[in-house]
Amino acid sequence: MVLKVMSANQAIAEAVKLANPNVIPVYPITPQTTISEYLAKFVADGDISAEYIRVESEHSAISAALGASGTGVRVFTATSSQGLALMHEIIFAAAGLRAPIVMADANRALSAPLSIWNDQQDSISERDSGWMQVYAENGQEALDSILIAYRVSEDHSVLLPSMVCIDGFILTHTVDPVDVPGKGDVDKFLPPYKPDHAYLDPKRPMSIGTFTDPNYYMEARHDMELALVGAKDVIAKANAEFAEIFGRTYDFIEKYRSDDADTIIVAMGSICSTIKDVVDEHRDNGEKVGLVRVRVFRPFPTKEIYEAIKGASNIGVLDKNISFSVGGVLHNEINAKMDVKANGFIVGLGGRDIKPTHISEIIEKTKNTTKTTQWIGLNKEEL
Amino acid sequence: MDKTNQNRFMKYLRTDRLPNIFCPGCGNGIVMNAFFNGMERAEIDFDNLALVSGIGCSSRVPGYIKCDSLHTTHGRPIAFATGLKLANPELDVVVFTGDGDAAAIGGNHLIHGARRNIDLTVICINNSIYGMTGGQISPTSPTGSYGSTAPFGAVEKPFDLSELTKAAGATYVSRWTTAHPVQLANAIKAGLQNKGFSFIEAVSQCPTYFGRKNKMKTAVSMMQWMKAESITKRRAEKMDVTDLKDKLIVGEFQNKNEAEFTEQICKLIGDKCTTGKPSSIKSAFKED
Repeated sequence: MVLKVMSANQAIAEAVKLANPNVIPVYPITPQTTISEYLAKFVADGDISAEYIRVESEHSAISAALGASGTGVRVFTATSSQGLALMHEIIFAAAGLRAPIVMADANRALSAPLSIWNDQQDSISERDSGWMQVYAENGQEALDSILIAYRVSEDHSVLLPSMVCIDGFILTHTVDPVDVPGKGDVDKFLPPYKPDHAYLDPKRPMSIGTFTDPNYYMEARHDMELALVGAKDVIAKANAEFAEIFGRTYDFIEKYRSDDADTIIVAMGSICSTIKDVVDEHRDNGEKVGLVRVRVFRPFPTKEIYEAIKGASNIGVLDKNISFSVGGVLHNEINAKMDVKANGFIVGLGGRDIKPTHISEIIEKTKNTTKTTQWIGLNKEEL
Repeated sequence: MDKTNQNRFMKYLRTDRLPNIFCPGCGNGIVMNAFFNGMERAEIDFDNLALVSGIGCSSRVPGYIKCDSLHTTHGRPIAFATGLKLANPELDVVVFTGDGDAAAIGGNHLIHGARRNIDLTVICINNSIYGMTGGQISPTSPTGSYGSTAPFGAVEKPFDLSELTKAAGATYVSRWTTAHPVQLANAIKAGLQNKGFSFIEAVSQCPTYFGRKNKMKTAVSMMQWMKAESITKRRAEKMDVTDLKDKLIVGEFQNKNEAEFTEQICKLIGDKCTTGKPSSIKSAFKED
């Protein structure tokens, strides 16, 4: 194993190189841009044989990706924030057409006010599209998640697109050691994509994306629901095989010192690294604090999260997003789907720092159960 | 700072926002200077001016100018400006945009703004690259030029934005470069005075991302290149097409009178049109 120091953006580009897609349509947007730049270099250097399309907008990027996927080939694209929002129309179409596209999203706040900094509002806002979503904690997980995403998306029982989300700047522009797997191992785990269902082939003409009357639409959506729920088994199998080949184990959630914890923090993405440090400090003081990190957000791992948090008396859920007048999305989904009374906290919007002291503040605040969503790290007194 | 040595356009700037974010050698300052020059000579009331921009380096310009401004989403300033102008046709509405903003992601709005001949003045700072995100190939990057998304050179043909907007119906079109600041100011003046869709293409230097990747490391070398490659439209018309390959044709591409969009709308609604009446500005909020 050779560890290389790289940003999560480079790690994702390395994963894409290993997955060897046929078409890569991309449009620059901060903080995703370097993914497209690394891929441009790989294509120019002949490291991968993909067609690289310099499209004129993100709407075109995902449209070209969907068009390419419709011919039954592997595709990749990447975006962020406003770009993902501009893709919105085709995001739903891609899932509905059951195209196994894999896309990286560099999580960034949505305008307005205009911000280039990190939160997870962009991808969370696409949660109802039918895409699978994974939130990585570091560069290694970003790389591995791309490979697993292709494997799951392209499974004939799933055929839904995947979004691998990495926190903008925090992961995209900082470096950590990453093990880039060998091509041979990757080929074993992720064989070339062979479509056997709906794809365009002149020898076997068909129409994709046709108008659907009320007799069919609901069944198509129901099939998507079945496929997304059923994807859980495929993900579990892919994770197990990934661990066998590469020695790194992933699950729907990651439990960190949570088995006997009285207080559990639930969060997604890079902030979990900070939380782990804070958990250690509290454990050193004899407090039974733990973390449950949600990796796979869609399909939503209800059972896994519930099993991990049901024993705790105090639960705090962190959201880097806000569904206005309702609260954080992860928090509300946990309270809606599970027999728990978790407290919700809004943190880190638009790149606001989340400090270890904030995490300790949250741990303290979980002791009093309240239905009111609490905003942590505001510069003004909470309203 | 000694006020007597200050640039005479300093009064138009939000000085509390300075220093600006533009790289050393960026052409945006020259275009701003030309804009103020053209604006004064067109006798535009600074208080009646609304600036609209999208996303990109050029779109940061209105942020430094002390008048009403609307910083919109990537590619959409002409769409936003169309709404603004229709709501209050008495405003002088100017769009600051760039090649990525106006010709790629917002290309559709550009041609439809021109087609409608709505009274907007669009100043497109064309630096042939996506500068804000770090030097990716744009729709005006010359074939064979280098960018971070084209390490072996761009294979596509660039847009000729002035010919494009002229063909789409703009009633005033001019192209100059930052090496022609006087002509650029004249064009901006003419564009502001034109009652209709005016498109001023300001070919500009981005030494940081275009220059460094294309063997013109400094702003000076980029401006020398623009000067050397520029041929006025009048001269170009007498030249052979083959001699004009890769040349930068500068000058006035269009200047004609045609029915303007907001005036046509006003005619259509007859008495209801409040343009020019004392009640005009807030009339949108009143019921009759």
